Amino acid sequence: MAFTPNIQVFCCHYTSQQALAEGREGLTADGFPPNANINRLVCGGKLKVSDLLAAFEQGADGVCVVGCRPDECHNLMGSQRAARRVLAVKKALEELEVEPERVAMFHLERGFHPEFVRVTQEMNEKVQQLGPSPFKGEQG
Amino acid sequence: MIIAERKPVNEIVEMVRDAKRVLVLGCRGCVSVCSAGGEREVELLSSLIRLGKQKQGQKAEVIGATLVRQCDKEYVDEIDQWQGQYDAIVSMACGVGVNFIANLRPNDQVYPAVNTTSFGGSTEQGVWSEQCAGCGDCVLHLTGGLCPVARCAKSLMNGPCGGSVEGRCEIHQEVPCIWQFIHERLNRFERREDLERVAPIRDWRSAGHGGPRKTVRPDLTL
Ligand code: SF4
Ligand code: SF4
Repeated sequence: MAFTPNIQVFCCHYTSQQALAEGREGLTADGFPPNANINRLVCGGKLKVSDLLAAFEQGADGVCVVGCRPDECHNLMGSQRAARRVLAVKKALEELEVEPERVAMFHLERGFHPEFVRVTQEMNEKVQQLGPSPFKGEQG
Repeated sequence: MIIAERKPVNEIVEMVRDAKRVLVLGCRGCVSVCSAGGEREVELLSSLIRLGKQKQGQKAEVIGATLVRQCDKEYVDEIDQWQGQYDAIVSMACGVGVNFIANLRPNDQVYPAVNTTSFGGSTEQGVWSEQCAGCGDCVLHLTGGLCPVARCAKSLMNGPCGGSVEGRCEIHQEVPCIWQFIHERLNRFERREDLERVAPIRDWRSAGHGGPRKTVRPDLTL
């Protein structure tokens, strides 16, 4: 039975530049999973732990955060802050006995596209293996 | 200030297993400063309770709110604005807040979301350490301002136990032996005589061993 996960991608403006320039069709042509949704932020540092949890509440099966390389963040510390918050969500998922791999942080070169597509594919495959989010309760 | 830390989510979800509508109540006092129970933590815990319930196939309505303080009758009264909208209150305040709600709202179920751990201070960002145990009979004038009640693992009053190694406590190696610090400080101030003074047997009644403590300030009462 094929399962198409709901993947929410949070990324900063700088990481998503090329992706957004291409638009949905261009992205899909490059291999970006059609079931992944991009949530753009002005900076990774703007991301709140509660935003990531809210994504799970709203039905995400997997959440990934993509930001600049830690030492190359356009806003200095934003991407490191985002990574901290992803760790906090991993911890919260563990506390609830849910696979912490459902949330992940990726640090990529700014604006570079193929890697961005690759990590979302990677996330998509990982979550496909994990199956639907346990937060969807009995109804699956 | 009072330091607290959040209990494991599953424990909290279990406390409110029968509640369909939960009021998560933060406090803007100490627990907000030590990032255990302020507005931000209310938002997080609300989300986590919903997710925990969702995982069990249940739906729960969770309202999040934060009072100025939960250790003041007049602020606790503000709970009434949510009257009828919750079956259980999960208080993110220190234990005082939970007690106050239990005292003042005989018909409300109230549960603690945090463990109230100590009176401490922030030594660096994200780190808090205990400094005072609220013993009610302060001896800091004799110990160079460093507390042997709270900061010596054995609460010794007359100098070190002799077990410390290189200035570290024999009970917790990561903690400095506070008696070593007290000695160094009093030596620096040339106050050796304070070290030689034998502390009388302590009356611990003021430390809570005499039942609940109460402070009354007649000059402030109405
Ligand atoms: S002696 Fe008592 S009141 Fe003074 S700092 Fe220590 S615990 Fe607190
Ligand atoms: S080593 Fe120092 S701090 Fe530790 S119990 Fe002994 S006297 Fe107290």
